Amino acid sequence: MRLARRVVDKDRESVLDEFEDLIVAIARKRDRAAFRALFDHFAPRLKTFFMRGGLDPAAAEEIVQETMVKVWRKADQFDPAKAKASTWIFSIGRNLRVDFLRKEKRPQPDFNDPMFVPDPEPDGFEVLSVAQEADLVREAFDALPPDQKAVMTLAFYEEKPHSEIASELGLPLGTVKSRIRLAFQRIRSGLGESV
Amino acid sequence: MSIDHHPSEERLLDYVSGGLGESWSLAVATHLALCPKCRNTVARLEAMGGGMMDAAEPATLADNSFDALWARLESEEDEADSMPAIAGHAGKIDLPEPLRSYVGGSVDALPWQNMGLGVRQLLIPTADQSTARLLCVAAGRPVPEHTHRGEEVTLVLQGAFRDSTGIYAAGDFQEADETVLHQPHAEKDRDCICLAVTDAPLKFRNLAFRLVQPFIGI
Ligand SMILES: [Zn+2]
Ligand SMILES: [Zn+2]
Repeated sequence: MRLARRVVDKDRESVLDEFEDLIVAIARKRDRAAFRALFDHFAPRLKTFFMRGGLDPAAAEEIVQETMVKVWRKADQFDPAKAKASTWIFSIGRNLRVDFLRKEKRPQPDFNDPMFVPDPEPDGFEVLSVAQEADLVREAFDALPPDQKAVMTLAFYEEKPHSEIASELGLPLGTVKSRIRLAFQRIRSGLGESV
Repeated sequence: MSIDHHPSEERLLDYVSGGLGESWSLAVATHLALCPKCRNTVARLEAMGGGMMDAAEPATLADNSFDALWARLESEEDEADSMPAIAGHAGKIDLPEPLRSYVGGSVDALPWQNMGLGVRQLLIPTADQSTARLLCVAAGRPVPEHTHRGEEVTLVLQGAFRDSTGIYAAGDFQEADETVLHQPHAEKDRDCICLAVTDAPLKFRNLAFRLVQPFIGI
């Protein structure tokens, strides 16, 4: 069981490495084949993601298209040292969904701003790569107890504050908050941090 | 800068999922510009969101979805991919992005509105229902004692203030709600500038201040 899973994970990792390379190829060479491969993997998954959040297929398709347009145009801003392809594409899609549903901007910090406070130097050993850390986060997430997992999943799909998710689930807000906090603790301990 | 007070994890989750309104996101994002620790949490949450999206069952796309997209990219290619150069930073910069894009310029150049009692404010236009404002409280002066009808978050940008819950200096992020009665005091050495977000008017203890409240919009 454990062995089989590791093989699958390894396969997956080799595939995922390629996605980062595809974005880099788009940035450097405006590579249509790379863009097509990226589209074929992510566009159908983005569509499901948006539809689970309650969008109808046509609206979901529209935001998928907008997301992939941004992927093409902003490929030169993608930094494989800072994010996995899936993380980066998720964040682009999330911003477009906020804009589509609420006509709001979604403010973000600017790494080039002179007042931006940079990360401290890593303290030496045991620095995980972005991909390693993302995999550990995902493993810890998969291992969450069902009630915590349900709250976290809804939070991502629904594009609503957790207070609204609480009423949707018919749960007191305090319960939702404590599930979120417990989930955070487990994910931290999954990353080998004290909680 | 050592930051002692951070947004709650639930608020960071709402920021990452896109569920947090623009005013609150402005406060969180400006804190993130100053706080590597919370940026790290946000990066993990985004990785989680990306993992969830990546693990979703693929849906069927509309016919010719890619071709339509490609045709669009080709027709728009000219205006497309060159990024605008980052604007030169003329003059003094003392507010971080993304806040600076909302109010423009440095603190001294802002069109402050004087509210009396040593407090100046600047309303910040946002598209959600909540209210974001910059507050400048003169050194050593208090903000009149108040409770809250809803939530309030305060991000300190310059100087520091103190209330019954602690001391808040540049970068610190305070969260308050209906249960909190406080009277923040600016520390004596310097005016205190904060970004404050509220979803309902504050409730002041002082009757005189309650009477002028409708006119100053706090
Ligand atoms: Zn922080
Ligand atoms: Zn208050």
